[in-house]
Amino acid sequence: MNGVLVIGASVGGLTVVEALRRKGYDGRIGLVGDEPHLPYDRPPLSKEILTGRWPIERVLLRNREQLDDLDAELYLGRRGEQLDLQARTVCLDDGRSLRYDTLVIATGLAPRPLPFQPNIAGIHTLRTVDDALALRRELSTVRRGVIIGAGVLGCEIAAAARSLGRQVTLIDALPVPMARQIGGELGARIAAMHQRRGVHLRMGAGVCGFNSVNGRVGAVELAGGEVVPTDLVVIAVGSVPATGWLTGSGLTLSDGIECDAYCRAAPDVYAVGDVARWRHPVTGVSTRLENRTNAIEQALTVAANILRADRPYTPTPYFWTDQYATKIQVHGVIAPDSRIRLIEGDAAAGRFVALAESGDTVTAAIGWNHPRVFSS
Amino acid sequence: MEVIVDQDRCAAGGLCVMAVPEVFDQRGEDGIVVLLDADPPAGHHEAVREAVMICPAAAIRLKEDR
Repeated sequence: MNGVLVIGASVGGLTVVEALRRKGYDGRIGLVGDEPHLPYDRPPLSKEILTGRWPIERVLLRNREQLDDLDAELYLGRRGEQLDLQARTVCLDDGRSLRYDTLVIATGLAPRPLPFQPNIAGIHTLRTVDDALALRRELSTVRRGVIIGAGVLGCEIAAAARSLGRQVTLIDALPVPMARQIGGELGARIAAMHQRRGVHLRMGAGVCGFNSVNGRVGAVELAGGEVVPTDLVVIAVGSVPATGWLTGSGLTLSDGIECDAYCRAAPDVYAVGDVARWRHPVTGVSTRLENRTNAIEQALTVAANILRADRPYTPTPYFWTDQYATKIQVHGVIAPDSRIRLIEGDAAAGRFVALAESGDTVTAAIGWNHPRVFSS
Repeated sequence: MEVIVDQDRCAAGGLCVMAVPEVFDQRGEDGIVVLLDADPPAGHHEAVREAVMICPAAAIRLKEDR
């Protein structure tokens, strides 16, 4: 018995291990993570860690004793380099070859680089705890920063940097921030919120280059010719599934690992979390979600399916974001052209519950500084 | 079973309340978790373990008797 091997030790991979043990699985489990740290939580990185409100230890998902109780073999600071589906082995970057009966791939995402991104000091991305600490260190010394990409991550970084008193310019090619996540109407509210806090918004703007001074970034050039001087740049233009190591393995890769409705990529091979693209059994659409609750729910489904539950995966997407003192929660999916209908609270006061509607269908419930979205 | 919640970690998603309304509630003003029963009866244990796992902020912990 070679047991279950999980590649990826963030919340998705860890949750598979915990769920298997909780359901009574007593075979061998291996858990491989490419960072040297114990499994930790990513959402606080762009919030409490960047502002310094939390000490770094608080991001750990479990302490050493709790991990020991799982009786899993931990391979931290190691990455999978090659998968052999026939031999049922994964080669690690230290040359070791691990055998499995069941494989779970939860390798997550890597930040998407800009095509013309130069290799100079002062340019950051944010995915790992080490990225967050490096950015926090630099934010404490600079006067101003440019954030490229106004998705959820870019907006949270802008809010954190502004809260630390830095001058902040937030740039995106779309007309409003978070347009992809919450549509145009609510995106306009996000824009207003950042402007009230003094963020310089450059929406509908393309970045075409960087100027450097003595090997360090000194300005960002916009497509219209404008030059925005800066001491620091954060690139937050989305992420790509970390599947490079699976090229040629025989798994189908297409913006993620393609899976069936049970999150199965091949016989006895499953994918979980940001990296997994699965055929949604209700909509029939090939779907990939990048949020923390998806990683957990998908992990629970995969753990059940490893134990032969044959459970199709039908999540209700949920994400939240904290920016300044505002908490926004979204249950469901908001289309770019959704109509937003207030059902409770006061839009002018910035505290409400709303529904997003496409045609005759409600596709999402939104809580804007309003708790208990579910019960509303 | 002893249930412990960390209100400073809580992201106010209310997923725990959906899972076990007998054990978890939310504050009216900001949605932060409120623990109703730190020592829930055995009938709720499985649902509480599920709530621990689905919490998006890892804000619920358990001490289980061994």
